Amino acid sequence: MLGKLSWAAIPLDQPIPLFTAALVGVVIVGVLAWVTLKGWLPYLWREWITSVDHKRIGIMYILLAMVMLLRGFADAIMMRSQQALAFRSEGYLPPEHYDQIFSAHGTLMIFFVAMPFVIGLMNFVMPLQLGVRDVAFPTLNSVSFWLTATGALLVNISLVVGEFARTGWLPYPPLSEIAYSPGVGVDYYLWSLQISGVGTLLTGVNFVTTVLKIRATGMTLMRMPMFCWTTLASNLLIVAAFPILTATLAMLLLDRYVGFHFFTNEAGGNVMMFMNLIWAWGHPEVYILILPAFGIFSEVISTFSRKPLFGYRSMVMATMAICVLSFTVWLHHFFTMGAGADVNAIFGIASMIIAVPTGVKVFNWLFTMYGGRVVYSQPILWSIAFMVTFVIGGMTGVLLAVPPVDFVLHNSLFLVAHFHNVIIGGVLFGAFAGYTYWFPKAFGFRLHEGLGKASFWCWIVGFYVAFMPLYVVGLMGMTRRMQHYDVPEWRPWLLIAAGGAAIILVGIILQIAQLAISIRRRKELRDETGDPWNGRSLEWATPSPPPAFNFAVLPNVEGDEAYWGMKQRARQQAMPGEEPPYADIEMPRNSPTGFICAFFATFMGFALIWHIWWIVVLAAVGAFATFVVFAWRDEVEYVIPADVVARIDRANRTARGETLALSGTAP
Amino acid sequence: MSAFDAAVGRGGPNHVERAQGSPNIQHSAKHAAYALASKRIIAGYGFWIFLLSDIVMFSAFFATYAVLVDATAGGPSGRELFDLGNVGIETACLLLSSFTCGLAGIGARTRNGFWFHGAMAATFILGAAFLGIEIREFMGMIALGAGPTRSAFLSAFFTLVGCHGLHVAIGLLWLLTMMAQVFAKGYRPDILRRLLCFSLFWHALDIIWVGLFTMVYLMGVTQ
Amino acid sequence: MSHAEQHEDSHYVDTAPGDESLDGYEAAEEIRTYLIGLGLATLLTLVSFFITRTALVWEPSIPVALAVLAIAQMGVHLVFFLHITTGPDNVNNVLALAFGVLIVLLVIVGSLWIMAHMNHNMMPIDQIMQMQG
Repeated sequence: MLGKLSWAAIPLDQPIPLFTAALVGVVIVGVLAWVTLKGWLPYLWREWITSVDHKRIGIMYILLAMVMLLRGFADAIMMRSQQALAFRSEGYLPPEHYDQIFSAHGTLMIFFVAMPFVIGLMNFVMPLQLGVRDVAFPTLNSVSFWLTATGALLVNISLVVGEFARTGWLPYPPLSEIAYSPGVGVDYYLWSLQISGVGTLLTGVNFVTTVLKIRATGMTLMRMPMFCWTTLASNLLIVAAFPILTATLAMLLLDRYVGFHFFTNEAGGNVMMFMNLIWAWGHPEVYILILPAFGIFSEVISTFSRKPLFGYRSMVMATMAICVLSFTVWLHHFFTMGAGADVNAIFGIASMIIAVPTGVKVFNWLFTMYGGRVVYSQPILWSIAFMVTFVIGGMTGVLLAVPPVDFVLHNSLFLVAHFHNVIIGGVLFGAFAGYTYWFPKAFGFRLHEGLGKASFWCWIVGFYVAFMPLYVVGLMGMTRRMQHYDVPEWRPWLLIAAGGAAIILVGIILQIAQLAISIRRRKELRDETGDPWNGRSLEWATPSPPPAFNFAVLPNVEGDEAYWGMKQRARQQAMPGEEPPYADIEMPRNSPTGFICAFFATFMGFALIWHIWWIVVLAAVGAFATFVVFAWRDEVEYVIPADVVARIDRANRTARGETLALSGTAP
Repeated sequence: MSAFDAAVGRGGPNHVERAQGSPNIQHSAKHAAYALASKRIIAGYGFWIFLLSDIVMFSAFFATYAVLVDATAGGPSGRELFDLGNVGIETACLLLSSFTCGLAGIGARTRNGFWFHGAMAATFILGAAFLGIEIREFMGMIALGAGPTRSAFLSAFFTLVGCHGLHVAIGLLWLLTMMAQVFAKGYRPDILRRLLCFSLFWHALDIIWVGLFTMVYLMGVTQ
Repeated sequence: MSHAEQHEDSHYVDTAPGDESLDGYEAAEEIRTYLIGLGLATLLTLVSFFITRTALVWEPSIPVALAVLAIAQMGVHLVFFLHITTGPDNVNNVLALAFGVLIVLLVIVGSLWIMAHMNHNMMPIDQIMQMQG
């Protein structure tokens, strides 16, 4: 009846996951009770859960990413403290638990922190920057989000029911095959990634279509803000790379569930094919994450330097070059597996070539700042920290792209330090820059500056203290994922690294405090103008927070840097232009399709993991029925009357007119 | 600037604010027609992108098959197993169903219910026949002891061909849903958009089948 | 709704893939296109099946010939069934297709190349297992 599921699945003998799960359970029940008592459930259902508004969905993505960041960081703290303690001893984490922690850490951080964070920012910002009212397929967008949330939920369920994979963040066979990992851990990994992968793929389809087919009048491709370009490139990569992941994981699933022989040791299976395919997805994935961050830095650096982005065209070229080149370097993740010198040489050279467009970008950012009146606010601090950190990470990456060097350093902590260097220094700092930059747009008030800066300094100092020692122990020969060790020379470095993690912890606590205090003091931090940073692209033309329809009248773009141009013209005429004729606006209706779909997907994933076949069938039927019901509906849009639009827009115009008058002489 | 730039938005007159210099001002009166037309383009383009991603997924299965084709582990090879007669009939079914699917699209646009439902039914029968022959082929191989667990080659074969078959099965389910929807709701623009996507899907399955029968069956027999 | 729908196809320039411009509504013309496509595809399929069974073609050239025929037939499908190429307004559709084809080629050719070298250099895994056993 319940497949492999029984009471033995609950790890009653392990205090750490049980305690954590109990704590999380109490928090969830508490929040739910609070929300119910306050009578907010109908509001949540109506305005958020069933929302198809790209802004709401973007905010929910980012919230998911932040919560998962806490979980992933808890894993990080446990690993660093285990390695600090486990010199000639067992430490406090037994190997089977430690293995689950590093696997969960990598999986969560890549798939459920970095991905939702950048997708959330793209969701929120891109349609606003393009000057339109929503993405191409609003309901599909909601489905994408809820499927991603399903994946995250399944990974976290594995904490209490069963176990998570012990195979690392990429489940290399033959270890991940049923013969060597007979538990449900790998299945949790595979199904949560398959389900969230569908969501990500649909996001890719949605956003590519949005950027290429839906833009404001006059918003030609070469007038798009840089962030829209990087969104396009990143989503093209999603569309091209995620199907490979789906196919590869499906083959591993077939091996595990029905005894196929793709990657087994017997019957002609070939484990190398798994490495080959997973990295044909894995390397583009790196750029899926970093390209949107590059876009964020471009926006932030230009805005806070009070200058147009230097070398816009070269930036576009570099972005699209990276988009294509990222598909030609995947072998550098398995130089040591024996493809031979000629294959290694070609992929090594390709890996070095891809550093060139990235270098172009760094110089463009530097030249954008050069000669500008740089305002050192939170977003640009993250951007400057990124430039320094990312260049270091890039250099160690080019080192690893040299095959002979890679033979020495592969699988060492040098590699671990390298990719944290680019992912934290690139993606995470980019996400934080975007978070602090667009927060006032999303909520109408700024984040507290002092706490933000304090948190920034903790993060950057903590990062260097935590990861530079890992380069050193990597060079000393320490391999990754060690549960304990006997080499006395490594110990001091690992103690320092643990200290670094503690400093980052302070940074995270300060970020939470910043959010809480900013919400409490939102009246003082209120931004009435909708344009707190003197921005240059169209999202700053809307009120903060933007109304459901974004733009009362869709803008007509007449040049680069659309909103900057509008402000210049308005200043010259000393008025914000005549009032446009308002009309009724049709917007897509809310739909619970995404949420219901995810509900069935959660049951289906859980049932597949535990081999409860009747639930699988029921959930599949339910999901199909959901889509049919959705397809059968007659009313797909609702109308916002012209007078409501006019009222909202007039308030915005008044606030904006006052600001323009006040800053009439400003550049 | 191309026309789709002008065709955006969900029905707002989008360029009244600064009309001078804009060549599209005369269109704004007809914005309702524009919004609908653009939705058809957007849906078609989005689905096209999705199909390309689906083809990339197939390319991973194709690559795996090509790598593992000789890994028979002492078991039977394609040469011993494949029956080109069957494959010929399957190919004919799928090609004809692609044709009837096109006819169904024309039937929908000429609002000819008899033509539409007839052509869709023909598409369904041909697709189901394809699927039936494929399942029979699979069952026969499994009965011979040449099931997917026999060797890496057979795992790759069953997965590649089976994945295509699964797509056909999903397509058939979608086809029936579309027939029911047209029957219940008539030729609404959103239903016509879905029909466009369905016909793209069905044609793409035939394109994948061309790659499949060439690389798997024909090359498998000649090698 | 239905009023707007009649205007649906007549005013825009850009087309979706598989979307025919319906000015004049010449269903017969469209059926003709489908028939040409069907004829060409049938012909190419028959040639493909024929050359695998005949001694008329030099044997080592058969895989290449089959590949060429398959690519030609995919082209026929794209042009006559999906109507992908008609008109200058299809640039976006074709660009997307080109990107997709590039990725497909990179994945298939790259994998084959890498794995061929790997298999050439490395001992097969079952032999390694036997040595360990």
